[in-house]
Amino acid sequence: MAESRVAFDLRIPSDVEYIEGVVELARQRCRELKISPAKCSLNIPVALSEAISNAILRGNEATGGKHVRVRAIISDTDLVFEVVDDGPGFDVDECTRDCTTEENLTKEEGRGLFLMRQLMDRVESFRDKGNVVRLTLYRE
Amino acid sequence: MSFSIKKQGEVVVVDVEGQLIVGNRQELKQKVLDELEKGEKKFLIDFSQTGYIDSSGLGVLVSLSKKIREQGGELRLANLNDDLQTLFELTKLDTLFQISDTRERALESF
Repeated sequence: MAESRVAFDLRIPSDVEYIEGVVELARQRCRELKISPAKCSLNIPVALSEAISNAILRGNEATGGKHVRVRAIISDTDLVFEVVDDGPGFDVDECTRDCTTEENLTKEEGRGLFLMRQLMDRVESFRDKGNVVRLTLYRE
Repeated sequence: MSFSIKKQGEVVVVDVEGQLIVGNRQELKQKVLDELEKGEKKFLIDFSQTGYIDSSGLGVLVSLSKKIREQGGELRLANLNDDLQTLFELTKLDTLFQISDTRERALESF
């Protein structure tokens, strides 16, 4: 079994202003690990940004005083990001809609989960001391 | 991250510096709507200095495009780097917007 280690473990206030800083930290760690440039500049920032913003705006319902936990776990084979909020959780399959259909293409919202799933190799949501969204990206 | 707006001929050109994400999308929206309210009709958003765009940033572009069209105007985009081009292709928004590879070509296209 591949050995894994925690690259960072943060607890941020439930405020969208904190997203960019966390994403930058994740990009920095990934660059240090020589993850491919496209993954560092597109897949990781966009998918992680979506997961944190979803946790703040939907999971925690943009309520002040709440927090979001963001963990990055790295192994030889995977990069895993876990985003934890206080919400009731959701079913990833049920909530993802295809934003590329003619009907959805011109809608302002509804691209977040779709993008997470396009840009990551696996997206899961489950309960464990809060609602956890786990994003997995294979290193190769 | 910031947005700078200037007029080139009849076109309002907006430069997006940094990210276009949930934390700043409203600022972009408001700046463009203010210009639309003043009677401007032609808009170009230049992404040459942009890092990444999230789904709410993409949503704002869709919303602005609709509002500008409703007022008889046009919104065009320029200078998407490879990552942004991929993002537009994944979401098929490359079919919704007129996208030019340089600012000059975009300005000429109006």
